[in-house]
Amino acid sequence: MTDSQNSQIDESLLAKELYAPLPTSRQLFTYSMNAIAFAFTGLALIPLISILWEIIKRGFSSLRPEMFVKSVIDYGLGNAIIGTITVVMIGSIFSLPIGILTGIFLAEFNQVNPASQFVRFITTILTGVPSIIVGIFAYGVIVLVTKGFSAVAGGFALAVLMLPIVILTTEEALKLVPKDQRLASAALGGTRFQTTFRIVVTAALPAITTGILLAIARAAGETAPLIFTALFSLDWSPGLLSPTASLPVLIFNLYNDPDPEKNQLVWTTAIVLLGLVICVSLISRLVTSKKKI
Amino acid sequence: MTNSSEENLDLTATNGINSWVDKGFTWLTYLFATITVAILFVMSWVIYKEAQPAIEKFGIGFFWGQDWDTGNQVFGALPYIYGTLVSSAIAILFAIPVGIAIAIVTSENFLPISVRSTLAFVVELIAAIPSVIIGLWGIFVFIPALEPLQKWLAIHFNWIPIFNSVDPIGTNMLTAGIVLAIMILPTMAAISRDVLLAIPKELRSASMALGSTRWETIFRVLLPAGFSGIVSAAMLALGRALGETMAVTLVIGNSSQISASLLDPAYTIPSILANEFAEAEPGLHIGSLSYLGLILFGLTLAVNIAARLFVRWFSNKNKS
Repeated sequence: MTDSQNSQIDESLLAKELYAPLPTSRQLFTYSMNAIAFAFTGLALIPLISILWEIIKRGFSSLRPEMFVKSVIDYGLGNAIIGTITVVMIGSIFSLPIGILTGIFLAEFNQVNPASQFVRFITTILTGVPSIIVGIFAYGVIVLVTKGFSAVAGGFALAVLMLPIVILTTEEALKLVPKDQRLASAALGGTRFQTTFRIVVTAALPAITTGILLAIARAAGETAPLIFTALFSLDWSPGLLSPTASLPVLIFNLYNDPDPEKNQLVWTTAIVLLGLVICVSLISRLVTSKKKI
Repeated sequence: MTNSSEENLDLTATNGINSWVDKGFTWLTYLFATITVAILFVMSWVIYKEAQPAIEKFGIGFFWGQDWDTGNQVFGALPYIYGTLVSSAIAILFAIPVGIAIAIVTSENFLPISVRSTLAFVVELIAAIPSVIIGLWGIFVFIPALEPLQKWLAIHFNWIPIFNSVDPIGTNMLTAGIVLAIMILPTMAAISRDVLLAIPKELRSASMALGSTRWETIFRVLLPAGFSGIVSAAMLALGRALGETMAVTLVIGNSSQISASLLDPAYTIPSILANEFAEAEPGLHIGSLSYLGLILFGLTLAVNIAARLFVRWFSNKNKS
């Protein structure tokens, strides 16, 4: 009798406690933290939206098709676009073979021995080197040796910046290929070279391409290392060993230009560069996100 | 006949063209991996060599020299080191809370998963915008928007040293710090998000089962568990802020003074390199700029290596 009475009292107390709302202070804490977190996230989106909006608003109206075939002297962007493509291509020629083979080295041979751990460590450190430092390096190695600012020097600087991105994404891509496929290839008599290139790299090719596109997108937007390697030119560049214009450096130079008509060109250049970079990185990201599903 | 061919069949044979291709391929990957490693060391050596004239002339005193006079060939690094450190400190101060907030919103179940991943994707898009474009936006959009606030701060709070400035014109240390914060936000948010996502679901469930609210779980369980990862995210973001060039060059005002006020223009090491390197005379001027580069290189290397070692040390400690 007393026993059941006790349990009844307990139950009603328990129910009271279970259905009681949280104390005001804890509730307040929850709501205020919710508000702060969402406010901060919203705050972070404002710059992005503002940048996209302003650049489209200010640059789109003066975008004309003939700009793509004229040089900067004639109020066009043609030589800067060609310059950017040239410099990024030189960067890719240097960095892709070294990057992909180093990625293969890290993923396929001795993943955990000290040598590859050291290479991996150096590669991650290399991602943190400021781009302007890479510019000084390229200046010392190419500009001082060839005695002149050139597209090759700019390309070399971009290659150093692209290299760690290519290596790390290649390694990640190769790691996703199942071990069974390698074993199957080896069991059929494939040598290490055949297994790696015919089976593993082929399977990982879409992901590797994504990494390469990301590296290209980053390199195309770099200004700092180009300022004193590729320098700048107002007109078409005569060759790979002479100063070459590029879109990012053009923006930096046009900003200081006293000519108001050229000043307006800043926004047009920005919209072209941004379009180029965002397109490449959007494509690469969409490819990976589809791959994961 | 068949018998003898079977006897000749050597399964472990390592001669022939395939073997050579294989060996060559292996050596090639070793060679290219060595090139990758060599780049970092050659880079340090090349910049050291370029800085040699200035190192010989000024020695260690370069660090606290305050004059930068191209005409008289006197160079000192202190205003630039100061500007670099302070602008990065402001950036990291803003980026840490906002970055963690984004990481929490995009990793916990506040929002449907599609909204969450879109949000994370959009924030990462900031990382894709070229630095020079952010600088351009900073000058023409951000500074006009921020100027009234800075003027108000300078008028009403000029008794606080960091706001003590006569007439702020927008290009100053504070603006540079906030622009830098915007640029390092994706790094901070993405790494913190990965850290929070890697924490086992059981920890959340256990904390909730004990009666914690969502935010109590975040503060008492998730953030302490992810502490090392978040610290290293902050350090990597700091490393990026130290070396960021174009956006800062456009908005910091480029004045080589040391002022306690955040509303005064300043200068950073990357900015002076961007502004002067192309036109510098070979010799002491290039040497001094390279010396500045060497200091920046050392600074970012130290921060990056510390971040990686911190992660490794902490994960080893957790395992044992």
